Amino acid sequence: MPTLALKASRLCKRYGNLAAVDDLSFQVMHGEIVGLLGPNGAGKTTTINMVLGVLQPSSGTVEIEDIDIARHRSQALAHTNFAAVYATLPGNLTVYQNLRFFGLLYNVAQLNARIEALLAEFDLERLRDTRSGVLSSGEQTRLALAKALLNAPRLLLLDEPTASLDPSAADLIRGRIRAMASHGQCGILWTSHNMYEVEETCHRVLFVSHGKILLEGDPKALPQEHGAASLEELFIRLAREPLANHRNAA
Amino acid sequence: MRLRPIAAIVLRQLYLMRSSPVRVLPMIAWVAVDIVLWGFIARYLNSVTATGMNFVASLLGAVLFWDFFTRVMQGVTMAFFEDVWSRNFINVFASPMLISEYLSGLVLTGVTTSLIGLIVMLIIASAIFGLHFAALGLLLVPFLLVLFLFGIALGVLASAMVLRLGPASEWLVWPIPALLSPFVGVFYPLATLPSWMRGVGHLLPPSYVFEAMRSFVAGGGYSNRALVMGVALAALYVLLAAWLFTGVYRYAVRSGLLARYSAESVS
Repeated sequence: MPTLALKASRLCKRYGNLAAVDDLSFQVMHGEIVGLLGPNGAGKTTTINMVLGVLQPSSGTVEIEDIDIARHRSQALAHTNFAAVYATLPGNLTVYQNLRFFGLLYNVAQLNARIEALLAEFDLERLRDTRSGVLSSGEQTRLALAKALLNAPRLLLLDEPTASLDPSAADLIRGRIRAMASHGQCGILWTSHNMYEVEETCHRVLFVSHGKILLEGDPKALPQEHGAASLEELFIRLAREPLANHRNAA
Repeated sequence: MRLRPIAAIVLRQLYLMRSSPVRVLPMIAWVAVDIVLWGFIARYLNSVTATGMNFVASLLGAVLFWDFFTRVMQGVTMAFFEDVWSRNFINVFASPMLISEYLSGLVLTGVTTSLIGLIVMLIIASAIFGLHFAALGLLLVPFLLVLFLFGIALGVLASAMVLRLGPASEWLVWPIPALLSPFVGVFYPLATLPSWMRGVGHLLPPSYVFEAMRSFVAGGGYSNRALVMGVALAALYVLLAAWLFTGVYRYAVRSGLLARYSAESVS
């Protein structure tokens, strides 16, 4: 029976009068890939930052495997990791040095063996002594994913992980992430603007706009249920609707 | 606290030093230039004054201690600035590392890098100018301890300031030792200062080191009580700086400053 990897309850983040995230509640089970979709500024990254403990919610709670991150941050993050396009690894360290640095930060056991396995898995062996700042964007993405898997996370947060990959590399990465989830030990929260990718990869999606969840369900079934030809069409409609309503109200 | 996350912070700095000699050079070059310059000034003063005062011991000793204190502070802040410059805050603070482990890593890095400078200064001062610190005997222990602790406190304080005010405030950090130097009496007794400056000086732990060192070199006694006061004050400042850093970190997490820091450091 799947167990709970992440539980966000009534999350709010306000900056003055602006609600970046407004009463957001959702769960991610182990073995599940959940897509967090929404237009730019919808509150996706704010939500991820709150789950990672680098942003304190105005109200609400985040529990990772039943551990409250506000009260036991280190314990909750021990089996969590992430990769995000806006959080590149230090460019002045080599691929190997980056993995060693973060492996120690995450207190990974048998670190050398783990690094070697990840270098092989992400085809980074020939780049091990290359400074990560001079890697191509695709290589940097592979390194970020290798770092994200260092501690064999049971909750993995991926913020547009394939944004800078070519279709072939993106397909390989999606395959690896699906395989990780299929083992049933890792829950994955994934943001992407590539609806084809979301439909192919995610078991469930949450549509977020203006900090609220507007819709939730199976990405393959949702378009039909809401009279849209595709997930992309549904995305566009949902992304524009609240804005139009907002303007009418004004 | 666990050792491995602390080791990560130190190891990162060692990796950077190993890959770039340009990072190592300033640790050695500036202190070497300082010791050579002040060593010759002290020799010259010895030759033109008939006071019988040994300027090499008092002046060069003071420069050496002051440079050491400055290097400790800069060692701590440089380790912190690596995360500022490489926009690494989210990666580091989204890890399970504790703030106490992060600060311990910064301190250990500062201590390691400042020891390199200290060794270079000791070699030059003794080989060229005949300054023998062993003559200070056990006094070296409280002297170095006070300067270590106060350098660490100021380094952590400066890091908190940059975390709170943003990367541009880095430029406020570098002049801090120069701003303090008139008050701690690096080159003259505190008695030389007007009373308000003397009052400030008594709140700064290095004052006790320089007063005791001058007194010892001049053949006079020194106050053990004053040295204990210096150590206690410096230890208090370390605790206050760690408390302040933790407070600023919590504010940065609450306000969104930490999450936005990377983006803001680009602008």
